[in-house]
Amino acid sequence: MQRVAVVVFPGSNCDADTLDAARAAGSDAYFVWHRDTDLKQADAAILPGGFSYGDYLRSGAIARFSPVLRAVTAHARAGGAVLGICNGFQILCEAGLLPGALMRNAGLKFLSRPVRVRMEATDTPFTGQYERGEELTLPIAHGDGRYVADAETAAMLEANGQVVLRYVTENPNGSTHDIAGVCNVGRNVVGIMPHPERRNAQVLGGQDGARIFLSLEARNATQHAGDMRAVDGRHLRV
Amino acid sequence: MTDPVITPELVQEHNLTPEEYDRITAMLGRTPTFPELGIFSALWSEHCSYKHSKPVLKTFPTTGPQVIQGPGENAGVLRLPGGWAVAFKIESHNHPSAVEPYQGAATGAGGILRDVFTMGARPVALLNSLRFGPLDDARNRYLFAGAVRGIGDYGNCVGVPTLGGEVDFAAGYSGNPLVNAMCVGVLRERDLIKAAAHGVGNVLLAVGSRTGRDGIHGASFASEELTHESERRRPQVQVGDPFTEKLLLEASLELIASGHIVAIQDMGAAGLTSSSAEMAARGGVGVEIDLSKVPTREPGMTPYEILLSESQERMLVVAKAVRVKEVQAIATKWELDATPIGRVTDDGMYRCLWQGKVVVETPGRQLVEDCPVYSPEAKEDPRIAELRARQPVPGTGYPVPGDALLKILDDPSVASKRWVFEQYDSTVQASTVIPPGGDAGVLRVRHEDFGIAVKTDCNSRYVRLDPYEGGKAAVAESARNVACTGARPLGITNCLNFGNPERPEVFYQFREACRGIADACRALGTPVTGGNVSFYNESPTGAVDPTPVIGMIGVLPRVDRAVPSHARATGDVIFVLGETRAELGGSAFWETCLAFAGGQPPRVDLDTERRLIELLVTGAERGLFRSAHDCSHGGLAVALAEVAMGGPYQDAGFGLDVDLTAHGSPLTAHDLLFSESHGRAVITGAPERADAVQALAAELGVPALRAGSVGPVNGRFRIALHDRGGSIDQPVARLREVYFSAIPRRMGD
Repeated sequence: MQRVAVVVFPGSNCDADTLDAARAAGSDAYFVWHRDTDLKQADAAILPGGFSYGDYLRSGAIARFSPVLRAVTAHARAGGAVLGICNGFQILCEAGLLPGALMRNAGLKFLSRPVRVRMEATDTPFTGQYERGEELTLPIAHGDGRYVADAETAAMLEANGQVVLRYVTENPNGSTHDIAGVCNVGRNVVGIMPHPERRNAQVLGGQDGARIFLSLEARNATQHAGDMRAVDGRHLRV
Repeated sequence: MTDPVITPELVQEHNLTPEEYDRITAMLGRTPTFPELGIFSALWSEHCSYKHSKPVLKTFPTTGPQVIQGPGENAGVLRLPGGWAVAFKIESHNHPSAVEPYQGAATGAGGILRDVFTMGARPVALLNSLRFGPLDDARNRYLFAGAVRGIGDYGNCVGVPTLGGEVDFAAGYSGNPLVNAMCVGVLRERDLIKAAAHGVGNVLLAVGSRTGRDGIHGASFASEELTHESERRRPQVQVGDPFTEKLLLEASLELIASGHIVAIQDMGAAGLTSSSAEMAARGGVGVEIDLSKVPTREPGMTPYEILLSESQERMLVVAKAVRVKEVQAIATKWELDATPIGRVTDDGMYRCLWQGKVVVETPGRQLVEDCPVYSPEAKEDPRIAELRARQPVPGTGYPVPGDALLKILDDPSVASKRWVFEQYDSTVQASTVIPPGGDAGVLRVRHEDFGIAVKTDCNSRYVRLDPYEGGKAAVAESARNVACTGARPLGITNCLNFGNPERPEVFYQFREACRGIADACRALGTPVTGGNVSFYNESPTGAVDPTPVIGMIGVLPRVDRAVPSHARATGDVIFVLGETRAELGGSAFWETCLAFAGGQPPRVDLDTERRLIELLVTGAERGLFRSAHDCSHGGLAVALAEVAMGGPYQDAGFGLDVDLTAHGSPLTAHDLLFSESHGRAVITGAPERADAVQALAAELGVPALRAGSVGPVNGRFRIALHDRGGSIDQPVARLREVYFSAIPRRMGD
């Protein structure tokens, strides 16, 4: 059983959903408050969706300075698994734990809808239970979901296989290279815009998101040791 | 700064009549102070006092075994299975939205959220009911886009999914849009808290945002007609801060659960004044407030301004006297201020101090309850009676049904509202079972088997032409929509949007529509648990179309059996339930194809409606249906097309092969296809269930016509009629293209 810390900012609004999804997958999931300075021996940390501190300035711009982010950063640097979903992804980019940035949707409107995405990388702690190339339907709900990276970074992401999820059929927000999710060079930090926690049961229209959380549990038995690699610092150059 | 002298002009500026003013001076035995004048103006405004509507509202059925809390509280509460309850309410924010659509609509969502979480309920769904003038006008497009963005930005940030609603466009709303927001929350029945102050010596705390100069006189503003001068009212529109709202939500629920407080209420319309006076009156106690202690955003605010500010995201909490520190600690955790500003007293007086001096002192109960009540004259506008009796000009050629259908599907009032609901987060909280775009939104209650269905409805065309039938229809349609998902309708809230009630033709509409609502609610067993009256929806061009919006709640015993609206499998059989009559009055067909908005709207037979609902609910329980869809605006042709076209995120629709040669045979093709007779629905089901559907329909006395089958994916949409020339044959892809692009195209997207 993995210990999963779900980080709660005052404006998080997917915290309970994420906790629930992690527990449904069998994890020992618990909340960590934004003022906390340690993750209580977490195997994995998840930054859920929401509006962290209101995000009036820029999504995730204030959250990166929160006490808990120091703990998350230390966890990531030690090779620990970190997942950012939606606002969590934005925060990880702001904090420099992931390359690139998330900007206003190309259509300038908030977009809430299911999207088709392709699983591009299954060698992360959160995607091991998927097949590479598998197509999934997951909901998005964001105003700032357009992933941007300069040409050099984007090329590097592709070359290193750091693109985890990619929009197929339609790119809803104008993201570079249709990117819906990326990981760092160490592959232990993952950020995705779609919300897997909202689609983990048939009654919610499908369960394509469930394996994000199940992967973490499955890895417990098989790949845990292998993930404990040092993190390459190159990804911090954005 | 000294307070102005009270003059007749000042009294008039406060929207108080000379008679009302006389009543105030008699009550006080003296001339009111300036702050007192402001207080009476707010609490005796239509918005707070319901002075023109109270006697009519009393005729609503409000009781039933499922009712835990009826009208009179911040929200109504109904009983759900397993010790759960649902708190819900709808409210208007029309006037602010007319001058500042973004903030007006955003703060409308904020206010209704607070009404629900102050009952101890966690908000689980938002809905909204919107009306604008036609989209060919730039101002209407601006109001529409701004209101949608405002609602979205607010609800998205707070993290409450928007599960449905309705949007309608008609000339009668140009210049005076309607923005109604509904919130639904769930709670454990035992956690319910009411907004009644009690316990002499208990402490009043202001929690949340500081008090600023925004929104002063919002309640009075909402109680007058919109004029060219209304733009000046822009500073009276409040500004929303959804992040603080989210903090306030979490803090309030934690405070309620802590047991440290005895009452809590939003400082909504008329701000501190109404929240404190209403809580005191409900509890039968007095209160004393030291206005100098209220935290303000800027120096120099007067008692008058502090009392009447409508700054958003503020709560008034009554804490147990010995628990003030604990209350403050919870607020601090959520980064909010909680400041003691007064206490509960035993003398029944509503008293306010300012720098040690008494500036307000009135009997508390009378302040809230002794507002004069009016029963205005009611008389139908003869022009409406004449319009109702008319038919389209003879000789006007009807377009062939295929063309008419495409034209109706392109009407923004009928077309897909994807452009709207895609801007609202509809899946946050991970409980959405049926998202917007179906008959009703359905959500699960986590870790429970049951679910809740929610919907708002009102077709104002019917209400305008025949307010009694229109009121009935709004209730019937909302119940039918909820039942299509398989949910049993439980109860309603309503938002009654009308013009100036002092005009007899407006009051007639109001009285008759309410009579229709009351009759329908009685017949369908769905009591009224509260709501909101919004009068004075008038612009220089006249009153809005009368729009009594119904917010319906239903419960599904097994949420995993929720029935969607769209066809799902090739080969499934199609049934048309109910009877079609020649009822084109107020129809989308006459309006879009002949530019005629008249005639006798369809009549609602409440017994038929009740039986249809029973069929839909029982059939869903038994798993007989693969889809169920209500037949309403646009008639059978539109209902069938919607079943075929499917949801916006399907890659393609289904073909449909429908044969109506046996249905309503004496009717003309246009009557059959476009009549808007009530009591009808279209269902699809597996062929092996067809006999069971037929047997159940026969048992319940609902006509059920086996009308055809679902065709291949991306096939053709075909309706065969007795009158061959009226038959429809279109690729479903063509219908989808029209239906889903109608609004984006007009909005330039």
